Amino acid sequence: MNELLEFIENNLQITYILILAIFVGIEVIKSIPAVLHTPLMSGANALSGVVIVGAILVMLHADPTDYIALSLGFVAVVLGVLNVVGGFAVTDRMLQMFKRKK
Amino acid sequence: MGILLNIIYLIATVTFIVGLKMLGHPETAKKGNLIAAAGMGLAIVGTVFVHEQQVSPLIYILIGAAILLGSIIGWLIAIKVEMTKMPELVSLFNGFGGASAALIGLVEYGKNVNNATQSTTIVSAIIIGAITFSGSLIAWGKLNGSLKSVVRIPFYNIINNIIIIGIVIFATFMVATGVDSKLLLYALLATGLIYGILFVLPIGGADMPVVISLLNSLTGIAAAITGILYNNMVMLVGGILVGSAGIILTVAMCKAMNRTLGSVIFGAFGGAAAIAGENKTLGSIKSTNPSDAAIMMNYANNVVIVPGYGLAVAQAQHIIHELEELLTKKGVNVKYAIHPVAGRMPGHMNVLLAESNVEYNMLVEMEDINPQFGNTDIVLVVGANDVVNPAAHNNPASPIYGMPILDVENAKHIIVNKRSMNAGYAGIENELFYNSKTSMLFGDAKAALTDLVAELKNI
Repeated sequence: MNELLEFIENNLQITYILILAIFVGIEVIKSIPAVLHTPLMSGANALSGVVIVGAILVMLHADPTDYIALSLGFVAVVLGVLNVVGGFAVTDRMLQMFKRKK
Repeated sequence: MGILLNIIYLIATVTFIVGLKMLGHPETAKKGNLIAAAGMGLAIVGTVFVHEQQVSPLIYILIGAAILLGSIIGWLIAIKVEMTKMPELVSLFNGFGGASAALIGLVEYGKNVNNATQSTTIVSAIIIGAITFSGSLIAWGKLNGSLKSVVRIPFYNIINNIIIIGIVIFATFMVATGVDSKLLLYALLATGLIYGILFVLPIGGADMPVVISLLNSLTGIAAAITGILYNNMVMLVGGILVGSAGIILTVAMCKAMNRTLGSVIFGAFGGAAAIAGENKTLGSIKSTNPSDAAIMMNYANNVVIVPGYGLAVAQAQHIIHELEELLTKKGVNVKYAIHPVAGRMPGHMNVLLAESNVEYNMLVEMEDINPQFGNTDIVLVVGANDVVNPAAHNNPASPIYGMPILDVENAKHIIVNKRSMNAGYAGIENELFYNSKTSMLFGDAKAALTDLVAELKNI
């Protein structure tokens, strides 16, 4: 419990952003019609590929001789990019199919 | 340089929020997706190039190669995948995101053992990342049929709970002692992976929409935790947005199936006992043929089509669109009624029909179509079963009692296309088939609908 309070004290800004982001997320997504649930999910899935930023940071900070860190980072970047590119591309493909009656 | 990168991240964060918002309307969805993708591209390029660190060219080459490799594979998968396979694909990509978070945690752990806050975020990222990775792979296997049976280890509930408590104790121990042991770190990863497998393995196919949504949400949370580790706002906000989206969809799916999240994770569907007691005779069934069905539909004013996943299994999406166009041309008012869990992931049926060129404004959601069934002359049920089972309303002993369904029994006539009289996904008898207003049109969906269309053309 003390650790939690300490964390909040030391990271007040992050805590605020965290809480506000939860509300923004709920508000933005709440009213999405069922028609779009699948594209929403695959789009959101692509967004979670934002971990790629962390994976790139791992590689940038790694010592060029630290092969373990470099190879783990490499795999992390590949998987992250796969998630991002594949996710956005397939969402786009799906949304192209949605047509409205003229 | 620092401020430039922060501004880039700020812009990216805004594109994520705006993009998600625009994904909520059919008119703007495509643009919204592209805006979020552009923001993501900006964040990636910024992270690689905008910093003051000395980085050896080798590392740049490796990063470039990794991005290129991931992009090519991701792109190829995305343009090739069939729309019926969307749930598998989302699970697979989702697993990759989780794995990425876990790998980051593995590298960062050794550098941060003395800082309790940092090591807490790191072990959380490893655990959640590992659970989503192995869980998503199991979900992927179940969805593509390579893991067919529902595996239930005796007492799996208790075992799973013991494992999750064990993981928490293990992780707390690692953070509290600040132990820097690669062995323990990989052991933690392994228990996370094992839990992910055991967590998804017992969950039945009908509950898959819930599981996919939940795993999606968890990957977002893993990304957000990694964001806290790097004090990186774009990761934090992006991850939380995904987490919220996943939670909302999870709750929506649970509601649509009348299940609590707890019962999906911890309980078997219905259980054998509830189904065994249902073997009473429900009366006689009446069967019809394509020619009679065609005549009935030809002279109807309002027709509602209820497509289920069986339609997609039989690859009959295109022929159903042809039927709907033909009827519309003959002056019949046709709509599709879409149950929220039709398909294997939230909104899946809409995508499958959209692929067959059905206009999305013909797809009516459950709440909007239910009051209209009273004025409907004919309901055509194709490949759906549990979502039109009146037991959900009137049989408290039924496992699906209380589940919101499409009230097709209020229509004047119901035509049900089925291969045979087998029970549905949940293994429950459906008294709708024995209703005096119901006619059964037996046969494979594609073949039966093709005959129906041919008969209609002759009228």
